[in-house]
Amino acid sequence: MASADSEPAPGDTEAIPQAVKIIIAGGFGAGKTTMVASVSEITPLSTEEVMTEASYGIDDLGGVEEKTTTTVALDFGRITVNSDVVLYLFGTPGQDRFWFMWDELAEGALGAVVLADTRRLETCFHAVDFFERREVPFVVAVNRFDGADGYDAEEVRRALDVDAAVPVILADARDRASCRDVLVALVTHVIRGRSPALSG
Amino acid sequence: MTTQEERREPPSRRPAMPWHPGRGHPSSEGPAAGLAAGTPEGSLVRPYTLTRGRVRPSATGPRLDLITIVVAARDRGERRLDPECRAILELCRRPISVAEVSARLDIPLTVVRVLLGDLLAAGDIRTRAATPAARLPEKKVLQAVLDGIRRL
Repeated sequence: MASADSEPAPGDTEAIPQAVKIIIAGGFGAGKTTMVASVSEITPLSTEEVMTEASYGIDDLGGVEEKTTTTVALDFGRITVNSDVVLYLFGTPGQDRFWFMWDELAEGALGAVVLADTRRLETCFHAVDFFERREVPFVVAVNRFDGADGYDAEEVRRALDVDAAVPVILADARDRASCRDVLVALVTHVIRGRSPALSG
Repeated sequence: MTTQEERREPPSRRPAMPWHPGRGHPSSEGPAAGLAAGTPEGSLVRPYTLTRGRVRPSATGPRLDLITIVVAARDRGERRLDPECRAILELCRRPISVAEVSARLDIPLTVVRVLLGDLLAAGDIRTRAATPAARLPEKKVLQAVLDGIRRL
């Protein structure tokens, strides 16, 4: 098991690894950061983007009208795949008013996990719409919460009306093995979509 | 715990956001969410004094994406640099992403991009850009990612 904040041994300092990213999306409180934490080799980090308010609209937050800027936090983790490839997992900002960050996150992303919270399924509709429109390959992971009256994967698939090829899987964001299975499903889905002729 | 309760509240009920409160920003859902809200006082102006007021890197340099990997160039010798730039170079002794530099130094992304742009222009760092949006990662990269994830 990788220890927290472990770094690859300094050796080949000439070669700069290539980074790829996967987006973990879903509504506020759907378990995005929990999932990132479950698989990341580092304690999830939080970085901030400072935005000028003029670039987007805020109209529903009392008290911020006089501010000219605001900040949004992005939580992310890291998985060192090998000496040449590093995978970053970025959680989307959970609040709708930070939608402007999604474009940057989606740019060049390998794929996305949409975490569905069955207690509030509608909170992931936006994410599904977004990735469909941007043609970012995604899987839907139905996060099972304790005590939640959960739907099964097929019910969620019908409710979300996603393409038949999109994997919809039950998951537990707190469980490393479960999150690993979700990511394996996503990357397999991405590879399959890349080379339809080769897929079984 | 307070943190848990905060995370469950609908967004509209959350307090107005202070400027650059550092880690534990209210819009973070991370482990430190809400803990440090508003603590670093006096950071209202500071971020952009680091960049002498610039809010974006020079247009001529390569784009610094969230996951552009940066690494300090070797054999640069002693130079007079701002403390923030020295801290960045220290971090970049090993390859590290732009997002990680920002998070570990607690400097907003926009500011880190400007500073990295300066270091890049001066030849102090080298970068490897993320795969451009138009080009998807190569198959062998995808396979490596798949193998890496399976080992988790």
